[in-house]
Amino acid sequence: MFDTLSERLEGILGRLRGRGRLSAADVDQALREIRAALLEADVHVRVVRSLVDGVRSQLVGEELARSLSPGQQVVRAVHRELIRALGGESLRLTYASPPPTVILLAGLQGSGKTTTAAKLARWFRQQGHQPLLVGADLQRPAAVEQLRILAEQAQVPFFSQPTDPVQVARAGRQEAERLGRDVVIVDTAGRLAIDAELMDEVRRISEAVDPHYTFLVVDAMTGQDAVGTAEAFHATLTLDGLILTKLDGDARGGAALSVKEVVGKPIAFAATGERLADFDLFHPDRMASRILGMGDVLSLIEQA
Amino acid sequence: ARRFAAALRGLRGGGLEEETWELLEEALLGADVGLATTSELLDGLRERVRAGELRDGDAVVGALKAELVRTLDAAGSRELQLAPAPGQPDVWLFVGVNGVGKTTTIGKVARQQVEEGRRVLLAAGDTFRAAAADQLATWAARAEVELVRGAPGGDPGAVVFDAVQRAAARGYDLVLADTAGRLHTKVNLIEELKKIRRVADRGPGRVREVLLVLDATTGQNGLQQARQFLEAVGVTGVVLTKLDGTAKGGVIVPIQRDLGIPVKLVGVGEGADDLVPFDAEQFVEGLFAGVDLA
Ligand SMILES: Nc1nc2c(ncn2[C@@H]2O[C@H](COP(=O)(O)OP(=O)(O)OP(=O)(O)O)[C@@H](O)[C@H]2O)c(=O)[nH]1
Ligand SMILES: Nc1nc2c(ncn2[C@@H]2O[C@H](COP(=O)(O)OP(=O)(O)OP(=O)(O)O)[C@@H](O)[C@H]2O)c(=O)[nH]1
Ligand SMILES: [Mg+2]
Ligand SMILES: [Mg+2]
Repeated sequence: MFDTLSERLEGILGRLRGRGRLSAADVDQALREIRAALLEADVHVRVVRSLVDGVRSQLVGEELARSLSPGQQVVRAVHRELIRALGGESLRLTYASPPPTVILLAGLQGSGKTTTAAKLARWFRQQGHQPLLVGADLQRPAAVEQLRILAEQAQVPFFSQPTDPVQVARAGRQEAERLGRDVVIVDTAGRLAIDAELMDEVRRISEAVDPHYTFLVVDAMTGQDAVGTAEAFHATLTLDGLILTKLDGDARGGAALSVKEVVGKPIAFAATGERLADFDLFHPDRMASRILGMGDVLSLIEQA
Repeated sequence: ARRFAAALRGLRGGGLEEETWELLEEALLGADVGLATTSELLDGLRERVRAGELRDGDAVVGALKAELVRTLDAAGSRELQLAPAPGQPDVWLFVGVNGVGKTTTIGKVARQQVEEGRRVLLAAGDTFRAAAADQLATWAARAEVELVRGAPGGDPGAVVFDAVQRAAARGYDLVLADTAGRLHTKVNLIEELKKIRRVADRGPGRVREVLLVLDATTGQNGLQQARQFLEAVGVTGVVLTKLDGTAKGGVIVPIQRDLGIPVKLVGVGEGADDLVPFDAEQFVEGLFAGVDLA
């Protein structure tokens, strides 16, 4: 929808060509379009406000570069601001010694935790590690079976038992030690941030396995709710990072930006499909272009 | 929230401050209603304030809620269509993107329809996702209904076809057909879904409902989902799931308003009984929940 963002900005600012500086009024008008694009991309309404304010102060009175049109210049400023907001300190995984490195996945129902657990296991295996997958979702029908099948596909051993989630997680960690596996990935049931009982359960799972990394798994199609949900999970679990899923669709993925802003932890991985191979480290620059909905245009502008 | 109340008092006093409109806008945007719909709704209200028709904050908020309810109720009947004949079962097809709650909703609908005295059969038309049929089998057992399933990786159309044949032969009223989650942007998967629908409609069965399952946490992409599924398989209604969470599900406002697809059911939990009819007034109150309008 906003492939035309650039064109719209040209429309607004085109007359400035050759004038030198952006006035406050010019910038305001341009930022209205930027604001609309960010909201359309599901960036949280408060995060939009602070971003737009940040960009405004950069732009007012700025000398216009000759190589770029005023519209392109505004877009470049916003793009850089987005990369800054999405990136910053990126996650550098370190491995526990003594092993195992324990990884806990949590999130809302259906966000992609179980699939992501198997993708992560595959990824670690490809990095030369020996992961164990632990199925601690005893609630959703066939969740254990789902992870068992995916573990087989990932060629990674799998552990679960029909006891209770906290017990399974603890036993899973012990099993990894016994088998000499150096990474343990614990899948948990989906839960709502306002479900006090289940939030307490995941806190107890966390205490039982003492994870080195706790990741919140976030669906890229999530709207404004992403912020509150991430805040609540962070308050309960102290997150180390985020994993963004379902990026293979056409959702612009503004939730990534919102969540990164409120939690202040890096987006570590991005999932781009249902197959286990559809998974990679996260790239802030690609995400920034995606949120603005204008990938190709932006790479050209950034080169200018 | 406190700021909101204060600003509305300002409005009450006759001073129609810009900040007031911004806060109303923020409430709607924060509920995922989307910028286009929000702007149109608020522009309409501004017009009425200018015309002297709405004189204080309460009136503005009341008018906004009423307008939302009116918009939602204009989308058409929320009645689930069911009219099977002997040997001619009806089919309700459940479609949607990944992880929204299709399989769970089928479990809940099966329970409700059985309670209403219908003879129900489930079709495990998701042969792709790991353990999807096992998941549906658990729900079939809970609702005490029969399930037709195929081999993992098998042809989902064949599963649905078998289910309809079986339902016709055994005097079932209703086949609830599950499908694999698929993004609306995946051309080959959408083609597969069209085929499933055609197969379900061929022969003794008849597709009466194509229910798009939509997660309440979905943002503006929901409109795109609805548009594409509508075009591909003729969606007849939306099931809005996970409304028991903090997400407001506001994207159904443009979906109903622009596409005319009514929300027919609402999921409010993971249990078999956590499914209720859509109520526009309750939904609209929910949009403003947590926003202090007093
Ligand atoms: N298109 C796409 N689908 C995905 C991706 N990741 C997961 N899925 C699908 O999303 C759906 C839900 O994934 P799960 O892994 O079961 O999600 P979950 O968070 O474990 O769900 P619960 O355990 O029920 O809370 C499945 O259909 C997955 O195949 C992705 O990156 N892209
Ligand atoms: N809180 C809550 N959770 C729900 C609701 N409906 C479904 N869920 C949960 O959402 C998750 C996904 O549900 P599924 O029924 O597997 O979703 P699906 O659309 O069939 O998923 P795929 O087949 O993988 O595309 C499960 O953990 C369900 O228990 C609801 O109304 N409220
Ligand atoms: Mg799971
Ligand atoms: Mg399913």
